[in-house]
Amino acid sequence: MKLRDWLSADRSRRELLVEAQVVPESIRCVQCGICSFYCPINIDVRRHVWDGVPVRDGHCLTCGECVRRCPRGVLRFERSNLFENKR
Amino acid sequence: MTHYLIIGAGSAGISAAETIRRLDAAGEITLVCAEADGYYSRPGLAYFLADEIPEQQLYPFRRQDFQRLQIRMLHAQAQQIIPQDHQVLVNDGHRLAYDRLLVATGASAVMAKLPGAELQGVVKLDNLEETRRMLRFAHKGRRAVVVGGGITALELVEGLRLRGMQVDYLLRGERYWPNVLDETESRIVEQRLKQAGVRINYQTELSEILGRGGKVVGVRTTGQGHIPCDLVGMAIGVAPCKQIGETAGLKVDKGILVDDTMLTSVPDIYAAGDVAQVYDPRLGKSIVDSLWEPARAQGRTAGTNMAGQTERYIKAVPFNVTRLAGITTTIIGSVGGRDGDPDVVGIVRGDSEGWRQVPDAMAVQSNSEVNRLRLLVGERHLVGGVVMGDQRLSGLVYQLVAREIDISSIRQNLFTPGADIETALASFIPSSGNFGRR
Repeated sequence: MKLRDWLSADRSRRELLVEAQVVPESIRCVQCGICSFYCPINIDVRRHVWDGVPVRDGHCLTCGECVRRCPRGVLRFERSNLFENKR
Repeated sequence: MTHYLIIGAGSAGISAAETIRRLDAAGEITLVCAEADGYYSRPGLAYFLADEIPEQQLYPFRRQDFQRLQIRMLHAQAQQIIPQDHQVLVNDGHRLAYDRLLVATGASAVMAKLPGAELQGVVKLDNLEETRRMLRFAHKGRRAVVVGGGITALELVEGLRLRGMQVDYLLRGERYWPNVLDETESRIVEQRLKQAGVRINYQTELSEILGRGGKVVGVRTTGQGHIPCDLVGMAIGVAPCKQIGETAGLKVDKGILVDDTMLTSVPDIYAAGDVAQVYDPRLGKSIVDSLWEPARAQGRTAGTNMAGQTERYIKAVPFNVTRLAGITTTIIGSVGGRDGDPDVVGIVRGDSEGWRQVPDAMAVQSNSEVNRLRLLVGERHLVGGVVMGDQRLSGLVYQLVAREIDISSIRQNLFTPGADIETALASFIPSSGNFGRR
């Protein structure tokens, strides 16, 4: 497979996965950094939580490692309503 | 240009600095931090101790974050506030001028006054430096004795056990954390600790720490007599670091007293976080907490007011999430019994005085192995709850308590024998499904 094809295949896979996003409940967080540490692609999840925003990083694999590892139940998956704003 | 001076680089100090910068692009912000390690996640020390994260992961901010916010970090010990000169004296003899000052010095662990408390190997889970020192003693196969109550004591027990130590946990009374947890909850935690190989010694009090060559070799207890060990972990409570305010003439009680703008009794001096004693309208008195998120919220309010805008801090329902013997547990509102906790002096870290209040309320609970939900049901609304394990309902319970939502329609169902509490509560889940989101 050529690099360009691989990249575009990867992108469409990603678009499928983007049906869900990781959403923080910041009040539960103590900034310990477990989420960021276990992110396989080094997204600073902790900073998203501090800023109170969902992990909108296009590279997020939605693998759920941060959701599972968080000792305080800060993170969860939520369906991202991609088309909500386009109505 | 306004000079802002902040003493303390914990969650209150950092959030105040961030807020000030957002509102005042030109002001000069100086953070005075007594710890060489600067800003790190103190609650995260438990996970560092348990070897879930390496030390460098504890720092939420990088150097460039401080540069971006144009915050000057000064590693020094603030020694004295001189309010009439608007100056703070630091330990290198320098005087730092301020227009607005924030005291965010936090709280520090108290040490039991016991023979042997000064020995090498007597440790607290209080700051990064002490945690590093603890790890030098926490070797596999060695023995530890832990005393104290609340979250930190358990973090020590679990962390040291996970490091491979044999752990004896001493409890003065009959069960763990009796003024916040009910008996079933205490037993769930204790059972899991025992399964993990921890020995719990009930009705056992430490009377002396024994040493040889300046190092811990054991403890003497009132109960069974003598336990040999290499490390003694103490978590009997924390005390607000209020001395610097007290000597400057600020009004103090348990902590530094503040109004709802986080202003102390002296003009231009604010306080926030674990050191601040804040009025709680629900309880009709001012209390201290030792919680990360309220400290952050208070820092935000202090920062806003220091920067010249007006914001009032309204104390929220006390809320904390923790992991007790591996079970994620959320504690919301008033849940505790009136009896004190014999293992604790005053308040512990991750604790709120607000939890201990029990108004007229009856408890209902549901159990399934480690998932447990206990609700304190008042006349018309919920006043508190403890959610162990499955956390799906904790956001809902928080909202029902915080907003004092009328639950009369399901009250009867909750008290029916064998009631399905989860299903009864589910009628309050809004169709949007994100009730718990803040």
